[in-house]
Amino acid sequence: MNIYVCLKQVPDTEASILVKGGNAINEAAIKWIVSPYDEYAIEEALKLKEKTPGATVTAVCLGPERVQNALRTALAMGADQAIHVESGVYLDDQNTARALAAAIKADPAFGVIFTGKQAIDNDSNQVHILLAESLDVPVATNVTVFAVDGQKVKVQREIDEGAKEMIEMSVPCVVAAAKGLNTPRYASMMGIMKAKKIEIKKITLNEIGIDESQNKIHLLKLSAPAEKPQGRIIPGEAADAVRELARLLREEAKVI
Amino acid sequence: MADIGLYIELKEGVFKKSNRELLTLARQSGQNVHAVIFCADLQPYLPELKGIQTVIQVQGADLTYQPDRYAQTLAAIISEFKLTAFCGIFSARGKDLFPRLAAKAKASLVNDCLAVDLGARKAIKPVYSGKLLAEYQVDDETALFTIRPNVIAMEESAADARPEIKFFQLHPAAEKTKITQVVKSTAQKIDLTEAEAIVSGGRAMKNKENFAILEDLAAVLKAGVGASRAAVDAEYASADMQVGQTGKVVNPKLYIACGISGAIQHFVGMKTSKIIVAINKDPEAPIFKKADYGIVGDLFVIVPLLKDELKKFL
Ligand SMILES: Cc1cc2nc3c(=O)[nH]c(=O)nc-3n(C[C@H](O)[C@H](O)[C@H](O)COP(=O)(O)OP(=O)(O)OC[C@H]3O[C@@H](n4cnc5c(N)ncnc54)[C@H](O)[C@@H]3O)c2cc1C
Ligand SMILES: Nc1ncnc2c1ncn2[C@@H]1O[C@H](COP(=O)(O)O)[C@@H](O)[C@H]1O
Repeated sequence: MNIYVCLKQVPDTEASILVKGGNAINEAAIKWIVSPYDEYAIEEALKLKEKTPGATVTAVCLGPERVQNALRTALAMGADQAIHVESGVYLDDQNTARALAAAIKADPAFGVIFTGKQAIDNDSNQVHILLAESLDVPVATNVTVFAVDGQKVKVQREIDEGAKEMIEMSVPCVVAAAKGLNTPRYASMMGIMKAKKIEIKKITLNEIGIDESQNKIHLLKLSAPAEKPQGRIIPGEAADAVRELARLLREEAKVI
Repeated sequence: MADIGLYIELKEGVFKKSNRELLTLARQSGQNVHAVIFCADLQPYLPELKGIQTVIQVQGADLTYQPDRYAQTLAAIISEFKLTAFCGIFSARGKDLFPRLAAKAKASLVNDCLAVDLGARKAIKPVYSGKLLAEYQVDDETALFTIRPNVIAMEESAADARPEIKFFQLHPAAEKTKITQVVKSTAQKIDLTEAEAIVSGGRAMKNKENFAILEDLAAVLKAGVGASRAAVDAEYASADMQVGQTGKVVNPKLYIACGISGAIQHFVGMKTSKIIVAINKDPEAPIFKKADYGIVGDLFVIVPLLKDELKKFL
């Protein structure tokens, strides 16, 4: 089976993010990582490959030149090939999904496509579903258990507070990973060496016929939210402090 | 005046509280509002659906949620009623359904909105774990928005006018993605993403049993119980209780963090809470910089005292 995994490169959560030019961020001091949910997607793809004779894993990422590092991470973990869909411009989620779909569709034998349930930069929460719809294949999101038997896929997904949905679909399909699906492996030294030698295949937006002018969602503005004023520590003995806290919650904050 | 729509979400037949936020937003927009509800009997929900123009009741032999037929039905409604904007709740259901709808209707979606201008079709949502706010403009035939729970101040409708009721047949779509079974949670837990108050525990809880003191405080406040990742990883709390970057994003009026240090990955999951209270024995804990009120002390002393104090008037 030709297994695919879509991953996004995002700023490390510790990074401080500053606005540049009104609707972009200053990338100068940012450390980039693979979005955490996409790491679960990579791991699940590798596990499936290990169970499936003859299977390969191809990692796909859309973004500027720097995202090649994210693809190298996937290769070092054990992916066989990587495709870089090169884009230096802001694309909305529909166009991102169409571009990823075009890269994957070029292989008529694509099987299961793993993604994250959300990328932690924009938290769009939709590219995986738009991708599936664009490929006209089924999709399940927020998946914590994945099993495949021949062409039949069974997954379990979290809904509210411990409730779960059991879902059946057939290959090809998109499976969007949540925390709890697995524990992502670390890249081995050998994996890192091997990854360096693999050539990353590049596709341009031009080849796919997608450009910024097709965006239906425009990012007008990025801004820093109003800072919360520094809170206050309530002094005194435990019993006094607790009484004062209860009073503040009722009379000042009016939340109870 | 434009025609806009709302997806009214029922959870096992119960009207979700956040629907009232959608209705408030829609009424305040001054547009022509159509509320879509999938149900066999509309009567129990009608008292909630006041001050809007139309209720569209979707009928069918089997109305259990299946993603393809729900998305196809809503796409058909959007097209028939020429809805220029359509909103739902940013819930587990909303996250599954709305992107499918975006693909099936001629529509584009912004998820997890904090504020929406339905006339201008602009929305504000948090990005980069809430470090920034992004303002988006939707320029498609239909603009779809899902709204984060607990962000819109609810208002009752002053007008008592009953909406006109219309009927729509469930689309007979074949299910590519078939839900074969829904397993309910055994514990009757409060949905953290909709909770008005949350009491959370961290690594300092030391074991699973100690979470009982948080449950007791939560019971007084009618609050949900959450946890840090350290507490979940140590198996003091279940995974669905985790708040933070890899857990849930919550937005209660009151968040009480007990024995939680306040790492950025936890903070991003609860920072929009209206009031944050921190209880921690380390005066240098980063959580105090982010909390509205803090008490430096042993949570095993403070939490039971707080429960007793609040009991006096709750
Ligand atoms: C990619 C990534 C994703 C992550 N996602 C999440 C996430 O979703 N959610 C999350 O929470 N974390 C997440 N983390 C982990 C996060 O970085 C912290 O490690 C975690 O939040 C710490 O949990 P804690 O505050 O309970 O534990 P600690 O940091 O160990 O803090 C315990 C606190 O309890 C206090 N304390 C101890 N005893 C007492 C007592 N008796 N009374 C009062 N106070 C006491 C201590 O002073 C200390 O401040 C993530 C990390 C990474 C790298
Ligand atoms: N630029 C991208 N390149 C590759 N995969 C992506 C990209 N953007 C989103 N994805 C995938 O879609 C998932 C959901 O992303 P989002 O809708 O942006 O929250 C992510 O977890 C990735 O698996």
